[in-house]
Amino acid sequence: MADHEHKFMKYLRKERLPHIFCPGCGDGIVLNTIFNAIEMSEVDFENISMVSGIGCSSRIPGYVKCDSLHTTHGRALAFATGLKTANPKQDVIVVTGDGDATSIGGNHLIHAARRNIDLTVICINNDIYGMTGGQISPTSPQGSYATTAPYGSTDKPFNIAEVAKAAGATYVAKYTTAQPIQVSQAIKAGLENKGFSFIEVVAQCPTYYGRKNKIRSPVEMIHWLKDNTISLEQAKDMTEEELEGKIITGVYINKPRKEFVEALEDISTKISDIDPDTNINRAYRSE
Amino acid sequence: MADKELFVQGNEACALGALAAGCTFFAGYPITPSTEIAEVMSRKLPEIGGHFIQMEDEIAAVGAIIGASWAGQKVVTATSGPGISLMQENIGYAVMTETPIVIINMQRGSPSTGQPTRSAQADMMQTRWGSHGDYETITLAPSSVQECFDYTIKAFNLAEKYRCPVFVMADEIVGHMREKITIPEKVEIIPRQMPEKTDNYLPFDAPENGTTPMPSFGQGYNIHVTGLTHDKRGYPSTDDEETHTQLVTRLCDKILKNTNEITSIETEFLDDAETIVLSYGIPSRSALTAVKQARQKGIKVGYIKLGVVWPFAEEELIELTKNAKRIIVPELNLGQIYLEVDRVLGKYAKVELLSKIGGALHTPTEILDKIMEE
Amino acid sequence: MRTDIRIAGFGGQGVLMCGIVIAKAASLFDKNYAVQTQSYGPEARGGASRTEVVVSDEQIDYPKVENPQIFVAMSHEALLKYIDDIKEGAILIIDPDLVYQDEIKDIIENKKLQVYHSKSTETAEQVIGKKIVGNIVMLGSFVEATGVISEESAKQSILDSVPKGTEELNLQAFEEGKKIVKKII
Repeated sequence: MADHEHKFMKYLRKERLPHIFCPGCGDGIVLNTIFNAIEMSEVDFENISMVSGIGCSSRIPGYVKCDSLHTTHGRALAFATGLKTANPKQDVIVVTGDGDATSIGGNHLIHAARRNIDLTVICINNDIYGMTGGQISPTSPQGSYATTAPYGSTDKPFNIAEVAKAAGATYVAKYTTAQPIQVSQAIKAGLENKGFSFIEVVAQCPTYYGRKNKIRSPVEMIHWLKDNTISLEQAKDMTEEELEGKIITGVYINKPRKEFVEALEDISTKISDIDPDTNINRAYRSE
Repeated sequence: MADKELFVQGNEACALGALAAGCTFFAGYPITPSTEIAEVMSRKLPEIGGHFIQMEDEIAAVGAIIGASWAGQKVVTATSGPGISLMQENIGYAVMTETPIVIINMQRGSPSTGQPTRSAQADMMQTRWGSHGDYETITLAPSSVQECFDYTIKAFNLAEKYRCPVFVMADEIVGHMREKITIPEKVEIIPRQMPEKTDNYLPFDAPENGTTPMPSFGQGYNIHVTGLTHDKRGYPSTDDEETHTQLVTRLCDKILKNTNEITSIETEFLDDAETIVLSYGIPSRSALTAVKQARQKGIKVGYIKLGVVWPFAEEELIELTKNAKRIIVPELNLGQIYLEVDRVLGKYAKVELLSKIGGALHTPTEILDKIMEE
Repeated sequence: MRTDIRIAGFGGQGVLMCGIVIAKAASLFDKNYAVQTQSYGPEARGGASRTEVVVSDEQIDYPKVENPQIFVAMSHEALLKYIDDIKEGAILIIDPDLVYQDEIKDIIENKKLQVYHSKSTETAEQVIGKKIVGNIVMLGSFVEATGVISEESAKQSILDSVPKGTEELNLQAFEEGKKIVKKII
C-alpha cells in the first residue's frame, strides 16, 4: 500500500486522519490545490505557516504538517497580521470561509487588504455555514435556502473577490472547485505576490447547501458550479439581471504595490540602526 | 548607564515598562484614557526595530498580539472600557492556547461608553472572568506612576512564566497622573524557553499545576495551536471529557496553586490593628493617608494594599487580618472585590464596603469618616 | 510639609502645561516629591479645565487636592467651578482681565484669602508678543508669589518641557511674570 501513498501525504499530519470533512466536500479539492501550488511555486513548504478562523475550511491547517494557528471566528487575518509582522520571513497562508471572512471577519478582511500585508488568503466559499449545520451566509445566492432562511434568502450576496479588490488587495482571483488547475495557478500567483493575495474558491457543500437547495449529489453540485460559471470577460457585456446567480471567475486584479511590513520597516531603517529581523524570537533573550 | 529619573504620566510609564521588559510589538486601537500608551509605543518601537500597528478594532488588536507572540516576540496592547469588552473573546483564546500577552486596562467610568475621562475600578471582575469559561488570570493594580513602570515589567515576566494573559489594571487617574519615576539601570527579565526538539515532541505536555516551554512559529516544530480543547500534541479533542477536564484544570491550577508566588501585598500598621483598610489601585493612596490620620488620633487601624488582585491572595490575607475585627474595602465601583474579601474574611471579621462611583477618587476624609464610624 | 495647588482655566490656555512644569520642577530639580493630576472633559479647546499639583518633602499618598492652599485662576468660569473647597488663608492668584474679582468678594472675605493679580494674558500678548505663553507668564507670577518651587528649578523645568526653539521666549515670559505679580489683599 505504501507504494501507492498519495504524493501529498507527506505534507499531512497522518496521525490526524481521517479528517472531519463530509464525503464530496470541496475542502479536499482546495487542500490539493494548495499543495500543488506550493510545489509549483518558489515557496518552500518548510517555510509555510498557516492561520485560520472557525468553520469547516478553517480546519484545513490542522491537517497540514506546518506551524498552524487555528484562531477565533472571523479573526484569522488579525492573528495573521501579528504573526507575519513579527516574523516576515515566514510565508503565511490563511484559510478561511465565506462566513468567517466576510460576515464576522469582514472588517479584518477589508483592513488586511487595505494594508496590503503579505498574506495569501484562500477563501473557500460554499455559500453556507457548514460547521453549524447549514445557516445562511453573506454569499448565499438570493432565493437560496438554509436552516435560517426557510423561505429563501432575501439579501443581496457579496461577490467577495470584488470586495477584496475594492479594499486594496493586490492580487485577487476567483474560481470554483471545478477549476482546480486555475485555482492552483492562482494560489501560486498569490504566494509569489508580495502583498495581500486573495483567492476565492467557490466550493460545493453537498451536505447542507446541496440538501437544502435540492442539488442532491456532489457530482450534481459540481455541474451546478460549472453551469453558473462565467469569466470576467463574459461578464463585461452582461446585464445585472443576467449576472444574477453567476460565478464570475478570473483574475480580478494583479497590481503589486508597497507591502505593509516593508513600509513599516522602511521607517525603522530610516530612524534606527537596529535591524527589525533581530527582534524575531527576541522573547527568548534575557537582555 | 546609571538609574534614570523621569517625570512622566502613568500611561507613559506603562509604555516605558513594556519596552524595558523587552516588548517589541504593540497592536492597539485608540481609546480614552489609554491612548497615550499607543502614542508612546508608536514613536518608540520603530526606534528599536519593533513594530507598532494601529488595528481596525480591539478584537483585532488582541488577535495581532497573539499572532506576534507566536512569532517569538513580547507583546502588549492597551485599552479601556468598551475596548476591554471587545477583547474578551481573544483573551480567552490566549488563556486556552497558553499565549503570553500583556493587556493594559486604564479603567474609566462605565458600563458602556460611560465616562471616558473619569476614573473607575469597575472592570476588576471582568479582568478575572470577562471571557467565557473557567479560567484564571493574573491582574496587577498599580497605584502610582512608578508602579505603572514596575508592574508592567512584572506583568511581562509573569506572562512568560505562567504562559497566560496578564492584565495591568489601572485607571484614568493613574494613567494621566504625572510623577517622578526611577528607571533602574538593569531590569530583571524572564526570557521565554525554547523547547527541546525531540522525535516525540509534545507542545502541550505540561506538568500538573505548571506549563511547558513555548516554541515559536517558523522554527520547524510544526505545532498546531487551537482554541479548541486539545490534547498534549495540541490536536483538537473536543469530545473527550478527560482531556478537557485535565486541560482546563491545569490552566486554572497553574495560576491558583502558585498564588503565593504571584501575589504581592503591602502592609502598614497591622500589628495591633483592630480595623484594617484593604484596597488596591488608586484608592489605596487615599486609604494610606486616612490610616495615617487615624493613627494620629490614636485609632488602631491598619492598611493592606493588594499589588496583585488576581489570583486573590486568600491564605495570606487570612493570616494578615487574623486579629482584625473590621475590614473596610474602599472601591471605585459598587462592590466587586468586596464580594471576594467578604467571602474569604467575612467569617472572621466584619467586612464593610466603601464604594464610590462617578469618577472621583475617595478623599482621605471619606475613608477616615468610615474608620471613625464605630 | 505638603502644599496643595490647583490651577484652573479654559482648555487651550496651557493650564495643564503650567501644572506639569511646576510638578516637574519640584520633583526632578528641587528633589522634592510632586504629583500632577488633571481633570478634563471631552473638549480639547474651551470648557473649564484644571490641573492639581501636590508638592511635598515626603512621599505623597493621596495624590489629589482636597482643599487647595494655592489657587491659580485663568478664567472666571473655572474659578467659580472649582473654588468652593479652597482652604482658609489660601493664596489666590488671578488674571484680573479674565476673572471678575467683585463676584467672589464673599469667598475672599470668608476664607481670608490672600489675593495676587497677574495680568498674564495681556503681558504675553503685548510684552512678549505671543498669547500662547500666558501660562508661563503666570508660572513666573506663581513662583514669585508662593516660592513653592525654586526659580532655578522652574527655569530648568521650562527648558525641559517647552518645544524646541521656544526656550528663550518662554524664559522671557517667566521673567515678565515674576515682575508683574502684585499682592492686592
